[in-house]
Amino acid sequence: METRELAGAAIAFDEDGHMANRQEWNENVALALAKEEGIDELNDRHWIVLNFMRKVFDEMGDAPSIRKLTKESGVNTKELYQLFPKGPAKKAAKIAGLPKPKGCI
Amino acid sequence: MKNLVILGAGTAGTMMLNKMDAMLDSSQWQITIVDQFETHYYQPGFLFIPFGIYSRKDVIKPKRDFFPSGTNVVMSEIDRIEPEQNRVLLKNNVVLNYDLLIVATGAKVAPGEIEGMQEDLWYKNIFDFYTIEGACALGEFFRHWEGGKLVLNVAEMPIKCPVAPLEFVFLADWWFTEQGIRDKVDIHYVTPLPGAFTKPRASGILGDFLDLKNIHLTSEFNISRVDNEEKKIVSWDETEVPFDVLVTIPTNMGDAAIERSGMGDELNFIPTDKHTLQSEAHENIFVIGDATNLPSSKAGSVAHFQADILAENLMSFIEGRPLRGKFDGHANCFIESGFGKGILIDFNYDTEPLPGKFPLPGVGPFSLLEETEMNHYGKIMFRWMYWNFLLRGKELPIESHMSMAGKRM
Repeated sequence: METRELAGAAIAFDEDGHMANRQEWNENVALALAKEEGIDELNDRHWIVLNFMRKVFDEMGDAPSIRKLTKESGVNTKELYQLFPKGPAKKAAKIAGLPKPKGCI
Repeated sequence: MKNLVILGAGTAGTMMLNKMDAMLDSSQWQITIVDQFETHYYQPGFLFIPFGIYSRKDVIKPKRDFFPSGTNVVMSEIDRIEPEQNRVLLKNNVVLNYDLLIVATGAKVAPGEIEGMQEDLWYKNIFDFYTIEGACALGEFFRHWEGGKLVLNVAEMPIKCPVAPLEFVFLADWWFTEQGIRDKVDIHYVTPLPGAFTKPRASGILGDFLDLKNIHLTSEFNISRVDNEEKKIVSWDETEVPFDVLVTIPTNMGDAAIERSGMGDELNFIPTDKHTLQSEAHENIFVIGDATNLPSSKAGSVAHFQADILAENLMSFIEGRPLRGKFDGHANCFIESGFGKGILIDFNYDTEPLPGKFPLPGVGPFSLLEETEMNHYGKIMFRWMYWNFLLRGKELPIESHMSMAGKRM
């Protein structure tokens, strides 16, 4: 567990480098996290994915896999990789302030 | 009379059958096992077939050789499970009612999940080795191949036996050296993971072995399609890797019957309690081996460690006691590394593979995360242990829970 300053607030992170407390998350924190992942701005399409991630996490207690994103978020695989290069499921979970998806081993 | 039904007579199902047959009172319980195929394949042996070390006959035995007498055996494909009715519908129109159900339907490769995989080049220049057909076809291809670009690609995680793709490229390095054409073969390991393996310390050490053996590594490559005309694989972010022969580890999925039953996740794996092995949705359904969605490796050794825990929990469940058996994610893998040597790793949910020694009464110790001849013999010996001890549900001298003895932090 480490704490560092992000978007003007002290934010706690878990051992995977994901946020430890969801209540510390807000849109500014999300933008700062995105920049750390090399994504300079978050547009409407990013937010569709991020909001979907948060909704699934609230319902299921785990962030969705890439397959669930493709099937249900309204954004296809190709675009997911454009929005969140390399690992969409893992990156989007990180930016959404959620723990690393359990399926990500 | 109560009914215990086991779906699947692979490694996990057969072990559970033997354990429960020994533990349950046969005047009170009838055990039924369901499978659609008569032949048991020793899947860890598929790795050796492309290099001519094993042939088909070395990895097959009749499933029935491993069933205790008195077992009700039903050979049929499963249509679906109806968990609310406590029954299983089979494709041969038989209906099986159960009091207790063990699902051991496993995982298999689904090459059709990737665009272009099963088109013109399938089994001509593109092969898998996770099926007997693929492993034999690749062996045939290698016997006549004169060299070029050999690409191994892992499509997506999770896969059965996450070390097998690494073992494949290590063995390829050795085999093409033996054939005298290693200088003409460019070996390239292409994976969606950030490194050579799923766990950080082992990933670093195994990555060094790739370097030593002159095997190229491309990480974070998520395949979107195969271009059959230009012989290349293309990732979702348009990175391209050309090949002359592509060895694919396709997407691994749970059985289609799980999807028909509405019991699986996106890959047809069943949400299962990672410690007790009880299905999350139904208290009289337990799941073992590759069929689960557990964050442990999908491997026979893992199913073996789970089997001891599951047998204990099933007896507790039957007697109305709390489920005390807690699976810890223990996996133990001999990694064949070529030139008569092997590497051993031993880990669980919380402890990643560490270097050190692995004590084993009478035989060991084996070295962890180091290349030794002893580890190679461990691997070779394992096939005999598998047929004679493991499948028959007999005790092996390895604890179900991981031990820290000998490991270096």
